[in-house]
Amino acid sequence: MNQESSLVEMMINMGPQHPSTHGVFRMVLKIDGERIVDVEPHIGYLHRGSEKLSESETYSQVVTLFDRLDYVSNFNNELVFCMAVEKLMSVDVPERAQYLRIILCELNRIASHLLFYGTYGLDAGAITPIMYSFRERERIQNLFESVTGARMMHNFIRIGGLKEDVPTDFNHRVGELLVKLSIAIDECDTLLSQNEIFLSRTKGVGVIGAEEALAIGMTGPPLRASGVVEDVRATDPYQLYDRFDFGIPVGTNGDAWDRYYVPMEEMRQAIVIIEQALEQIESGPVIAQLRRIIRPPQGAVFAHAENPRGDLGVYLVSDGTNKPYRVKVRPPSFCNLQALKTLLRGTYLADAVIILGSLDIILGEVDR
Amino acid sequence: MTIAEFGLLNLWVSGLLLVLSVVVLSLIYLERKVLGRLQMRLGPMRVGPYGTLQTIADAIKLITKEDIQPEWADKRVYWVAPVLVFIPAFMVWIAIPFSSRVVVQDLDLGLFYVMAFLVLSIVGLVMAGWGSANKYAVIGGLRAAGQLVSYEIPVIMVVAGIAIFTQSLNLSYIVDQQSSVPFIIVLPLGLFLFFVAGLAELGRTPFDIYEAESEVVGGPFVEYSGAHWAVFFLAEYVSTFAIAALTALLFLGGWGWSASIQDWVGHPVGSEAIAFFEMFIKTYLVVLVIFWIRGTFPRFRIDQLMALGWKVMVPLSFVFVLLVAFATFYAWPWWVLSITNVLVLGIMGWYYYKRMHQDPAPFSIVLHSARKVRDAR
Repeated sequence: MNQESSLVEMMINMGPQHPSTHGVFRMVLKIDGERIVDVEPHIGYLHRGSEKLSESETYSQVVTLFDRLDYVSNFNNELVFCMAVEKLMSVDVPERAQYLRIILCELNRIASHLLFYGTYGLDAGAITPIMYSFRERERIQNLFESVTGARMMHNFIRIGGLKEDVPTDFNHRVGELLVKLSIAIDECDTLLSQNEIFLSRTKGVGVIGAEEALAIGMTGPPLRASGVVEDVRATDPYQLYDRFDFGIPVGTNGDAWDRYYVPMEEMRQAIVIIEQALEQIESGPVIAQLRRIIRPPQGAVFAHAENPRGDLGVYLVSDGTNKPYRVKVRPPSFCNLQALKTLLRGTYLADAVIILGSLDIILGEVDR
Repeated sequence: MTIAEFGLLNLWVSGLLLVLSVVVLSLIYLERKVLGRLQMRLGPMRVGPYGTLQTIADAIKLITKEDIQPEWADKRVYWVAPVLVFIPAFMVWIAIPFSSRVVVQDLDLGLFYVMAFLVLSIVGLVMAGWGSANKYAVIGGLRAAGQLVSYEIPVIMVVAGIAIFTQSLNLSYIVDQQSSVPFIIVLPLGLFLFFVAGLAELGRTPFDIYEAESEVVGGPFVEYSGAHWAVFFLAEYVSTFAIAALTALLFLGGWGWSASIQDWVGHPVGSEAIAFFEMFIKTYLVVLVIFWIRGTFPRFRIDQLMALGWKVMVPLSFVFVLLVAFATFYAWPWWVLSITNVLVLGIMGWYYYKRMHQDPAPFSIVLHSARKVRDAR
């Protein structure tokens, strides 16, 4: 124990092996009884050097590295990198490919939010929600498996389009899945959202205002929970998102409950988007005609997209060879995590779990 | 006490230990199955038919496992703690009857004895927390101390109310008093207080704060492994069963509802068996409710638990005792007590429901249209 600290204060290591740090994340908490006096987050336990590694891989190989950033929303990650390369090469991606990308990404968003819902229940001490949400997540993953051959790490979105067309019964299966999902999301909502104990644990806990959240650089559901209407799909539309009409859930209190409920509502809106996409989609090619070896022209480009956890940005520098010169990733989880220190001070030990859970971080993305 | 009596008592006690072990095994199996059904899974299915031997396999695994002791642990405290938790939990069962004859010792002070021993496990928990030389364990142990001490009061007050009402501390006598109307109808407020405070005493969801898996990673038990951990586990389930049995005895009429069937059978062994069976079913029903709650609720925070304890449960339990005392003193008919109980419960429930839904509003999400946002930029 630190010699300088007073007798009533205690340093406690939460993580890297702790059930509710959502991965190998470590917080050094200074606690006074149950109160948190100070917190020092330690990241880097899952650092794999993805950015540096990207420099020694060809462009199509880098997509696989992006799969492993936010490992529960793989399609979204693949998409951002492919968008960056396509922007640099000014490729016109076929419309069908773009629609399919949107459908897959939105399904992935639902899967990712379902994971968040389940683990957040566990953080709050409810053990049943995760079973409900994982049943649904399983359905989505089965669909992904039949489309891409993999349950995670699909490597399906390629530069210029998709690896291949989806199975013939894809539309039908997605339609059926959506019906089940919308029932299940309501079920999950009823199970946890308005539970008195859950409300008392999350309402008014970990409040962050809009200005502070923006200053920290938060994006995605945590930012929207603070009352900022900011969604890349609407404010800077990419792919064909400007053809869709959907709702952007925005919170008013900026507390843990709002951060919990924004993803819940986003799942419903994702269903709305997919339904529209299924109506608009037409047959056609799914990949643009590109040379086999991808050599973008010299230059730098920035692409970003609304991932389940926020705004994932990629800054890509090309020197004209078949490998990127520099790939800089702006991971949403990393930026959202910066709010932790402000949020945790003065709260209770049990709130630490609730607040960290509500920020919904994925360590694969934080550490890269 | 003659040698024969002493021998008989020994036989009873060792028999009780055996029965309780089997009960605990069945409870663990039942809990896993019930939770499985609540969570749309099957629960254990592999070991034995429908997984019935799963808990036995787990027990063997736990007993043969290496007992690890942290290097910095306070050795004696560390080893004694599980025993100090288990012994009181077991001793409680000496006085809990399952029918008028199926009981080790039908004590006249039975209820008092049971309450006295239920409190004692706190010491063991705090010792386990301290002795483990682990900060999570220390926090867990202190949480346990705070929680169990605060919720002891409502439990004891309710028990005092029942003692006033029945003019007895003998559990069999209390059951006999309920032969016409069980106390669940006469004293619903008491049942509510006893059950909720009992859950907190057991440290079960939503009051599993001292062993909160997601916060203090098992609390006082975090450093224990193998047989010592198994002893904690055993104690937890024995106490759960004890609280369930007490709920059945004090409020659900024990074995009294099947009195006519017992008379009809007439045979002493037969009627005892029926009484035992009734009590058994009721206890397991209460246990099922406890498991159901575990499958549904999140966990309270420690300050909320304390607030609930001191601001709701303790005042309510005093109101309860007062009500019962007045009713007994002025010899009100039982239905007056029943109505006043329901009224108090209803008023308090309504008040807290309103307070919880006051501010901030429970629903605070606004939907913005993406099209409008897009057009605005």
